[in-house]
Amino acid sequence: MTKAMMTPQEAAQRVQQSVNKRYAAERRFQLIGKLAIATALGFLVILMSTIVSKGVPGFFQHYIQLDVTLDAELLDPRGDASVDSLFDGNPRKVLQQAVYAETGASGRKGKKEAFKLVSSGAQDRLRAMILDNPNLLGTTQRIWFAVDDDVDSFLRGYIKRETPESDRRLSDRQIGFIDELQAQGKIEYQLSDYLFSGSASRNAEMAGVKGAVVGSILTLTITLLLAFPIGVATAVYLEEFAPKNRLTEIIEVNINNLAAVPSVVFGILGLAVFIGFFGFQRSLPLVGGFVLALMTLPTIIISSRAALKAVPPSIRDAALGMGASRVQVITHHVLPLAMPGMLTGTIIGMAQALGETAPLLMIGMVAFIVDTPTSFVDPGTVLPVQIFMWADFAERMYVAKTSAAILILLTFLIVMNALAVVLRKKFERRW
Amino acid sequence: MDLVVDPTTEKPEERAVQIEETVGNVHVDNPRMRAENVQVHYGDKHAIQNVTIDIGANEVVAFIGPSGCGKSTFLRCLNRMNDTIDICRVDGRIELDGKDIYDPSVDVVPLRARVGMVFQKPNPFPKSIYDNVAYGPRIHGLCDSKAELDEVVEQSLTKAGLWEEVKDRLDQPGTGLSGGQQQRLCIARAIAVSPEVILMDEPCSALDPIATAKIEELIHELSSQFTIVIVTHSMQQAARVSHRTAYFHLGRLVEVGPTKQIFTSPQHSLTQDYITGRFG
Ligand SMILES: Nc1ncnc2c1ncn2[C@@H]1O[C@H](COP(=O)(O)OP(=O)(O)OP(=O)(O)O)[C@@H](O)[C@H]1O
Ligand SMILES: [Mg+2]
Repeated sequence: MTKAMMTPQEAAQRVQQSVNKRYAAERRFQLIGKLAIATALGFLVILMSTIVSKGVPGFFQHYIQLDVTLDAELLDPRGDASVDSLFDGNPRKVLQQAVYAETGASGRKGKKEAFKLVSSGAQDRLRAMILDNPNLLGTTQRIWFAVDDDVDSFLRGYIKRETPESDRRLSDRQIGFIDELQAQGKIEYQLSDYLFSGSASRNAEMAGVKGAVVGSILTLTITLLLAFPIGVATAVYLEEFAPKNRLTEIIEVNINNLAAVPSVVFGILGLAVFIGFFGFQRSLPLVGGFVLALMTLPTIIISSRAALKAVPPSIRDAALGMGASRVQVITHHVLPLAMPGMLTGTIIGMAQALGETAPLLMIGMVAFIVDTPTSFVDPGTVLPVQIFMWADFAERMYVAKTSAAILILLTFLIVMNALAVVLRKKFERRW
Repeated sequence: MDLVVDPTTEKPEERAVQIEETVGNVHVDNPRMRAENVQVHYGDKHAIQNVTIDIGANEVVAFIGPSGCGKSTFLRCLNRMNDTIDICRVDGRIELDGKDIYDPSVDVVPLRARVGMVFQKPNPFPKSIYDNVAYGPRIHGLCDSKAELDEVVEQSLTKAGLWEEVKDRLDQPGTGLSGGQQQRLCIARAIAVSPEVILMDEPCSALDPIATAKIEELIHELSSQFTIVIVTHSMQQAARVSHRTAYFHLGRLVEVGPTKQIFTSPQHSLTQDYITGRFG
């Protein structure tokens, strides 16, 4: 050796120096990580606070209190309180009387303007009330009706008093009525019951998410019923039984590719196959469920296969060594151990499906459907599509309702994720 | 000048040439299993070459040999666990009580119930202790009633020397036991279906000396009732528990004989080298 080896003291000193450097690097690394998390959290907070602050007003709207005399002759012309008779009745007239009495409006124009303060949905509500309980006929009831959306916008300050009357959607006279009613405490800002009980509507004050929520539930039910069993069965077959050859390799690559296909493509497929070829009607939750199931399948298959792969081979050996058949090994041991992973994948897929708009637009679930679907083959829409439509409407009130609907959608997503966590915990506890 | 060649420096390929016929008597009077000219291939790799050996009833046979020589491979042929490996091909004849277990008409499910297996790493199911032991009887439909099953579980755990330690916590997970307890649980699980033969692949390699001693004692006791084949890397263990010992080398069975004889006066030079610690 030409060069003398360094002394232990020297070595220790150098080690010390390098250690300091390493610690510094480690601290930098951790700092970067923390910054990244902080940025992500910051964005999340901004996002959530905007949605919440915009969305909360959407859960409320203004209501007007009216003393309505439920005139039996007007509402029940045949006098037998039958459905037919009630539908022949004239709730409009009853309502007009109540409004005129409350506002003291007079003259053709005054009466017309006064009646416009109340939502046009009030008549339906009145009729529904009588249908529910014919005993109310002939009595006088104090009822809260939603105000028209222009009135609501005025009360929220979106329509300004200072604007010249000709440019304003409310006349000076109407504003006068509103001021008076407000002074008497007959206009109140209340939790909106339309939001949860109403469906799509051209009248912003009557619009609600019920139809869309029901549509989403129906659609996702189909998706889950199809995608979960098919996805798990496919994963089990590919992972446990399929021979490893060219064909299965091609299948595997294609499944992975499908997971990356834009969702709208599945919509086109659904349009061509289910509606074009099989002749299903448009806008059906059934067809929506089919399309979303196709879209979700790759996600479920991939995550299920990963979960199956993660089951330790020693457990399979143990079961096989005991004389369990392949199917028994899978059903007794592999599936229970893989279930948490499969469920997580499924719920992630379902959450994607819940928030999906594009493929459903393709199969016509964007149609304007007022009735809440009652079965899988009733035309309907889904929550994200409803949000998409509302976001497009001009009325001021839809802005708040859109945010409110987004909040509802987010709530569903959070509930689903919580469900995933709970299910996972439940299965994991079985070791 | 030193003319003695250190065996460890020789290339294994060259040494393989020296193996032609198995030394010692491969046959016994009352065989439970017989393997004849067994060949195993993993793809192109010839992992077991022409192995012939009998496993006598109620006998403990130890397989020893350097790592990678094919002990596990051969052991796994005895209950067709190699079927699960796609590239593995087994030729030759292996009989259990006179019947070829590789015959197409043989169902592996009942075969594995008759030839049980204990693995190197304890692998209890992630289920309760009770369910672990009850699993075999359940899938093979051995018990008609819960009481009968309880009885089998208790007997199996008792035979495996675990009953006293776990009788108060049968409903707790088997994975929560210590390593040695887990291995005895696996043995209890294997004997719960009353197999004829138990195959053990290095059952003590993950255990401490005390747990190992317990298992060895257990093997000794079980041998009165079962036929046991054990793979081990510990020559002391082979010497303590087995009646006969088989020495494998590079996929061939080099020498078989009564354990005492193998350890005191091995015939083949390879066996001698291995026993004396000069190789492997
Ligand atoms: N699944 C497999 N696929 C391909 N080759 C294998 C496989 N299992 C074992 N082999 C090969 O077969 C030969 C014998 O392996 P085996 O596991 O039987 O050895 P062993 O004697 O049990 O060794 P050890 O004492 O280390 O457990 C080795 O060369 C190994 O590489
Ligand atoms: Mg081995």
